[in-house]
Amino acid sequence: MSTPSSLYVADPRSKARRRSESRFRLMGLGAVGLAVAALVFLLSSVLGNGLGAFRQGVITLDMTLDAAIIAPKGTDPEALQKVTTIAYKRLLDRELAQDLAAKGLSTEGLSDKAIAGLLSQEAPAVLRRMVLADPALIGQPIRFEALANGRVDGFLKGRVTMESAKLDSNISPEQLTLATVMRDAGMLNLSFNPSFLTAPDASELRPEAAGLGVAILGSAYMMLIVLCISVPLGVAASIYLEEFAPQNRLTDLIEVNISNLAAVPSIVFGILGLAIFINFAGLPQSAPIVGGLVLTLMTLPTIIISTRAALKAVPPSIRDAALGVGASKMQAIFHHVLPLAMPGILTGTIIGLAQALGETAPLLLIGMVAFVRDYPAAPPEGFFDPASALPVQVYNWTTRADPAFMERASGAIIVLLLFLIVMNAIAILLRRRFERRW
Amino acid sequence: MSFLKISVSALAISTVAASAAFARDNIQAAGSSTVLPYATIVAEAFGENFDFATPVVESGGTGGGIKRFCEGTGPTTADIANASRPIRDKELADCAANGVTDVMEVRIGYDGIVFASDINGAEFAFTPSQWFNALAAEVVVDGKLVPNTRKSWKEVDASLPDQPILAFVPGTKHGTREVFEEKVLHAGCKATGAEDLFKAAKGDAKACTLLRTDGVSVDIDGDYTETLARVAANKNGIGIFGLSFYENNTDKLRVATIDGVMPSTETIATGTYPVSRPLYFYVKKAHIGVIPGLQEFVEFFVSDDMAGPEGPLAQYGLVSDPELAATQAAVAAQDVLKK
Repeated sequence: MSTPSSLYVADPRSKARRRSESRFRLMGLGAVGLAVAALVFLLSSVLGNGLGAFRQGVITLDMTLDAAIIAPKGTDPEALQKVTTIAYKRLLDRELAQDLAAKGLSTEGLSDKAIAGLLSQEAPAVLRRMVLADPALIGQPIRFEALANGRVDGFLKGRVTMESAKLDSNISPEQLTLATVMRDAGMLNLSFNPSFLTAPDASELRPEAAGLGVAILGSAYMMLIVLCISVPLGVAASIYLEEFAPQNRLTDLIEVNISNLAAVPSIVFGILGLAIFINFAGLPQSAPIVGGLVLTLMTLPTIIISTRAALKAVPPSIRDAALGVGASKMQAIFHHVLPLAMPGILTGTIIGLAQALGETAPLLLIGMVAFVRDYPAAPPEGFFDPASALPVQVYNWTTRADPAFMERASGAIIVLLLFLIVMNAIAILLRRRFERRW
Repeated sequence: MSFLKISVSALAISTVAASAAFARDNIQAAGSSTVLPYATIVAEAFGENFDFATPVVESGGTGGGIKRFCEGTGPTTADIANASRPIRDKELADCAANGVTDVMEVRIGYDGIVFASDINGAEFAFTPSQWFNALAAEVVVDGKLVPNTRKSWKEVDASLPDQPILAFVPGTKHGTREVFEEKVLHAGCKATGAEDLFKAAKGDAKACTLLRTDGVSVDIDGDYTETLARVAANKNGIGIFGLSFYENNTDKLRVATIDGVMPSTETIATGTYPVSRPLYFYVKKAHIGVIPGLQEFVEFFVSDDMAGPEGPLAQYGLVSDPELAATQAAVAAQDVLKK
C-alpha cells in the first residue's frame, strides 16, 4: 500500500467492482425487459385478435311469424317438429327483404340470395327453437334479433374490408354497402355476446355462432375428476412415503420414478390412456371421464412432489412434541403435521390442476378433438357423454378454413388465460394467507 | 377422515364406468379432415331438425378413421368412417376379420384440389407435366433420366414466370397427397415420357411420384391453415389446397389453372378440371337400428336439402354428385359393399 486510500475517493479496484455490478444489473434488467416484451407482444396479439369474439353483429328484424310457412299443418307440437330450419330460413329471408323495404333501405343491385346472405345460418335454428318453445308466437309480429353472417360481423369489427370483399367469394362490396346502410339505420349493431361462453361449437358455415359452452363444461368435468382422484391418491402416497415408509432401495427407486414421471411428455399419458381406458376398459371415446383419468395420471407426480416438500417443511419438533405427549404416529400426522402442510399441498394441487387444464396433447389421442354440439348431462352421467375441452377447442378452431374462427380461437385463449390467472391467484393467496415459516 | 370419503367416491365413479359404457345414443363418426367440415355441417343441421342427439364428428385422417371403424362392432367403435378415397381391399379384409362385415359405401360428392399462391404474386397456368418436371426427383432431359436441379419455374417451361420453385405439398398421411400423386405427378410422368424410362430402368413406375428432397418441395403434415400460413410467409411458395378451403380464402390466394381450366364447382362437376376426387363415408350396417338415428342421419346427409347443388354443402365447396339420386336409392335400400 503506497498511497493511503480515502474512503471518499474510490480506488481503481472498487471502481472495477462497481462497474461489474452495474453491468450485471443492466443484464438482469435486460433479461426481465425481454421477457416482459415477449409477454406484452403475446397478450396484445391475443387480446387484439380475440376481444372481438365477445361482441357480435346482430340484425334486429321486425317480422311476422307467417303460419303458412312455418306451420303449414297446424300448430300441434308434432306437426311443428316436422318443419325444418329450411322453412324457417325461407321465412327469415323473405321477412328481411320486406323489413328493409318497409324501412326504406335501398337494396338495389342485390339479388334475394345476396340479401339473405347477410343473415347467419344459425338464425333459422334460433327462430325454430323459439317457436317450438312457444307455439303461441305463430302468426304474431315479433322483434327478432338474428345473428349477422360472419363476414358482415367481420366488417363491423374491421376484419373484412371493401377491398378484401372484392376478392372474397363469400361476400360482395354491394352487400357490405347494404350492411353500412343498415348499421346507419340502427338495424345492424355490435352487441355483447354472452353466447360465446355458453353456446356449443358450430360448423364451418357459421363461425359467428360458435361458442365455448361444451368446452368449458368438459374442462370443468375433467378438473373435477382430476381433483377427486389425484388429491386423495397423491396426498396418501406422499404421507406414506414421507412419514411411514422405511428408507431402503425400494423407496429410493419409487422416488426416482415419481420424479421421472413428472417429466414424461404428456402425450405418453395420452397413448397410455387410449390403450388402457378405451381399448381395455371399454370407456367411451371423447368422454371427460377418460380425459380426467389421463390428466390424473399426469398430475399425480406433481401433487406427490409438492406434498412431500410441504410435509418435509414442517419442523420435526412438531412431530416430536405430539409424540411426546402420547399421540400415536397417525394422530401426530393427521392432527398436527397435515394441517400445517395444508397450504403447501393446496398450492401444489392448484398448480397441478392449472397445468392439467391447459394440457392438449394427451386429449388429442382419446378423441376429445371432436365436433360436439350437445351439452354433456349433469355428473356423474355427464362424465361419460362426449364433450370437448378448452385448449382442444383452441386447437380445433385454428384448423378451420374460415378466418373468422381465428378470432374465436383467440377469444378462447383469453378465456383459458383468465381461468389460469384465477387459479394461480388462488394458489398465491393461499400461500400468503396460511403458509407458516419456521 | 374426509380423504377416505373422497377416495371411496372416486372408486365408485370408476365402477360406474364399466356399466355405463354399453349404451350410446349419439352417432360417432371419424376420419378424413377433408370430409370433416361437410360432416359437421350435416351433423349440426341434423341435431337441429331431428329429435336425435347431434352426431359427434372426429378428425384423424382417412386411414385413421377407417382403422377405428374396423376395430369391431359395439358402442366403443365408430359408426361412420369419413374418407377422401375409396376404402382399400386390405382395409375391408381387416374389417371383416374384426367382424365388421356389412359396410355401406356412400359417395357424397366431389372435391377439387387447387394450386394457389399469394394473392399479390404472379399468375400461373400449369399443366401436370410442368408439375412433374418441377418436383420429381428425376426427370427426362434429352431422352435420359437425370436428377432434377431446376431452380425456377421459367426453367421448367418458358411460359411460366421467373420465380423460384417452392411447393407446399400435403404430407403422405393426407388423402389429398394421393390425388396429387395420381392425377398430377403420374399424369405428368406419363406425358413427359418418364414413365416408360422408369419402367425400363427400375421395373416399375414408382419413381414417378418420388419428390425432390433438396428443399423445393415441402411436405406439410398439418392442415390447410398451415399451408396458408407458409404461403403468406413466403410469397414465392405455391400451396396445394382443397377447393372449399380456397373458396373461403379467395381474398388471400390466387388460384392457378390446370390445362387452362379454372377450378370451380362447375368445371369439376363437368370433369373439365382434371384434379378432383370423390368423397365418401362408410356406414357400419350392424349399427343401424342399434344406434338411434343412424339410418336417418345417412339419408339426411345425401338428401337434396343437404348434398344437392343448392344445399349448404355445395355452398361450402362440395361439388354435388350428378348421380345423387342413385346414392339416395342405395342408402334407402341399405346396399352393402361386395367383396
